[in-house]
Amino acid sequence: MAKLNVNGRSFDIKVDGDTPLLWVLREHVGLTGTKYGCGVAQCGACSVHINGEVQRSCSIPVRDIKGSDKIVTIEGLSHTGDHPVQKAWAALDVPQCGYCQSGQIMAAAALLKRKPKPTDADIDEAMTNICRCGTYQRIRAAIHQAAGGRSASVTGNKA
Amino acid sequence: MRETLSARRASVSRRAFLVSGIAAGGGLALGFELGGLGKAAAQKVLGGEGDEVGAWVLIKPNDDVIIRIARTEMGQGTLTGLAQLVAEELECDWNKVKTEMPTPGQNLARKRIWGEMATGGSRGIRGSHEYVRKGGAAAREMLIRAAAETWKVPPSECRAESSVIAHTPSGRTTTYGKVASAAAKLEVPKDVPLKDPKDWKIIGKPVKRLDTLEKLNGRKVFAIDVKLPGMLSAAIKDAPVFGSKIVSFDAAKVQGMPGVRHVVQVNPTAVAVVAETWWQAKRALDALPVTYEEGPNQKVSSATIAQHLQTGLAAKEVHVSANRSGDALAALEGAAKKIEAVYATPFLSHACMEPMNCTAKYTPERCEVWSPTQNGEGSLAAAAEASGLPLVQCEVYKMDPGGGFGRRGGAQDYVRQAVSIAKQVPGIPIKLIWSREEDITHDFYRPISQCRLAAGLDADNKLVALHIRVSGQSINAFNNPTSVAEGKDDRQLQGYTHQPGDQQLGYTVANLLIEYAMRNTHVPVGPWRGVNTNQNAVYLECFIDEVARAAGKDPLEFRRALMQERPKHRAILDAVAVKAGWETPLPGGTYRGIAQFMGYGSYSAAVAEVSLDQRGRIKVQRLTLGVDSGHVVNPGQVEAQVQGSVAYGLGAALFQAITIKDGRVVETNFDTLEMMRMADFPRIETVIAPSGGFWGGIGEPTISVASPAVMNAIFAATGKPIRSLPMKDIKLQRA
Repeated sequence: MAKLNVNGRSFDIKVDGDTPLLWVLREHVGLTGTKYGCGVAQCGACSVHINGEVQRSCSIPVRDIKGSDKIVTIEGLSHTGDHPVQKAWAALDVPQCGYCQSGQIMAAAALLKRKPKPTDADIDEAMTNICRCGTYQRIRAAIHQAAGGRSASVTGNKA
Repeated sequence: MRETLSARRASVSRRAFLVSGIAAGGGLALGFELGGLGKAAAQKVLGGEGDEVGAWVLIKPNDDVIIRIARTEMGQGTLTGLAQLVAEELECDWNKVKTEMPTPGQNLARKRIWGEMATGGSRGIRGSHEYVRKGGAAAREMLIRAAAETWKVPPSECRAESSVIAHTPSGRTTTYGKVASAAAKLEVPKDVPLKDPKDWKIIGKPVKRLDTLEKLNGRKVFAIDVKLPGMLSAAIKDAPVFGSKIVSFDAAKVQGMPGVRHVVQVNPTAVAVVAETWWQAKRALDALPVTYEEGPNQKVSSATIAQHLQTGLAAKEVHVSANRSGDALAALEGAAKKIEAVYATPFLSHACMEPMNCTAKYTPERCEVWSPTQNGEGSLAAAAEASGLPLVQCEVYKMDPGGGFGRRGGAQDYVRQAVSIAKQVPGIPIKLIWSREEDITHDFYRPISQCRLAAGLDADNKLVALHIRVSGQSINAFNNPTSVAEGKDDRQLQGYTHQPGDQQLGYTVANLLIEYAMRNTHVPVGPWRGVNTNQNAVYLECFIDEVARAAGKDPLEFRRALMQERPKHRAILDAVAVKAGWETPLPGGTYRGIAQFMGYGSYSAAVAEVSLDQRGRIKVQRLTLGVDSGHVVNPGQVEAQVQGSVAYGLGAALFQAITIKDGRVVETNFDTLEMMRMADFPRIETVIAPSGGFWGGIGEPTISVASPAVMNAIFAATGKPIRSLPMKDIKLQRA
């Protein structure tokens, strides 16, 4: 049995304690915005916030989560979908296939909370999620835009 | 053994398509008895309220315009581009455009009115631009005619703009929504003239994608997210050594594990566990003892494959390309200077972000699949074949794939597997999900090859002879050995042809000989974004830099001199060189490389700037990439595809190789197979230079030039050519 607080709601879930949080979210809570990509904390598609910090949910057994831990998934990042990161992502048409973007957005939101004006080096360090479509340049520009700056560090063609 | 299996698969698929042709041509009345959620899903993707004005357009009373998209949207932006093409001719209000995708079953039932659904070879737009524009134009004419009939005026006195029809003499107006129901009853006109490209208002504009918002809030439903009542989940394990048959598996060992419902053999080489959740299925599968037949493939390794390919470099019996001139071997003998090199590129996996998966529901009367597919009709054929039901009793709900890159086109293995499992549990929807490890170790890999090149320079350092010999595995042979009898496979020489228009060699050499030695392995191969242009551009473009250096010439000038008969190839090379500032000085420790190539009907070029520090660490600082695709539908999406091609192609060239040991793949996940990430991604500048008059592809062309440009920049830095990939395995030192 696991007690979870997800996006402000409480859940009592009958599940083996070694089940990764990712699969509890997807298969028991029913929130499928958080994606499976590798299962070994390499790609970041499964990124969620736990107590405000970005974590890779595929590699956290649900028994390690306390009932008091506040889990936020992409569905709960903003109930109206207008988090500054989401707005910047929309403005710059960041996603291609979109599969990794939940994780990218959660990672970017956590970065901006920690560093409201990140440098390119900060972005390189924090944004280690894999995108096979190659949306990195627009992700970088969108993070700068969400931070309130222009996407000045990207000198390539604007979206 | 693998080839036999695949040959059988290919022939059955062709038969299934033949059946589809007969069914369609015979005009059978096909009832779609969709039960439960299947019906809801079908309605969601097609029809509902509104009037169909020709096959491509549905108009709602509130003026919403629904444009039908037959091809797959897997991130490349085709959905938005195709909608722009229809909307341009339809003269509708772009802000009111939405899209829907007909299902393969619906396409079949309507005699393939939406044409080809497969998406690959960068053909989504270039393969359908004409008929979808005609669909938009026909709908516009029908709407105008309906308004004119209401007003009792000649249609020629009416015109449409932004979903409003106006009768110019009287000043009366109406909207598409108001006349759609009358327009839907009119006959669809044939061959309505299309607009002159100079009059385009939506084509060529960087309009926003139509499918972005739900990718930002977790609401987009990928195939891996499908939920159906009573659904169970399956995890699968195919034989680690490709093609090894299962001897036995001990289901009793795992049947008591939590959630486990069934342990089933999927096909001769794969076993699956079906459980209440996927995680339960995966855990049980990991604990399931399976034994396999032993065979000669267990002795195969990357080293034995390399030796096998080397025999092709020296072989007497080879396929000779029709792109031949003079006597290259004699000219090489007589050359003042001779340059020779052998290059090699590895197998590569696709590693789509969304692992392979498919949901299937089987009953003796019907088979439905929810498939992340690049080829909806291929999924339908696979479902029919695996279920044993006729095509008309199968249906496919196409789910936008989380990446495709060629993996989800011809190979419909995951559909066959899901249906095979579902058939053993009739009436229960089964969601099959592959683990990432299964995905990396059971791909249809980019073929491995080696290439021996020889060039002859005359006394003036002019290139007078070029001999290219590719030795490696053939995709066509893997799919259907009889299609490339005696090794005559020009596809493996992609980008080296003489014919213009698609994949033409950019250089003219007086004595030219291009050959292919087919050397197949037991490793499954398939198209990988850019297919053989990737390897062939690396071979040719890096070798040309070696020859230019031997000739003492600037790499750009050396190329330009060979391109006098290829003005379009040369124009994009020049445009990229100018944008990159080829002639301008660079800071210390930074070096440039250049490359050009043609594929998928488009001309591409690249200039790379690479820094190499004293410790031999490289960083790709900047890449300027250019493409001439003739026409451009959406420059914003072209830019995104150009950027994406760098992550995919250059990422692989820097970091990736699939290696073989004991007949199986060594790499298993992103910890052992490195992907390009943000910190590795160079600054990219894009030169979009459409010269008009033709429709080239966009998803793949620039992928071929990014890697050789970077490799040539490293050559400039070190003085040593890079002749094998990935680059991470090579120790670099500044010259």
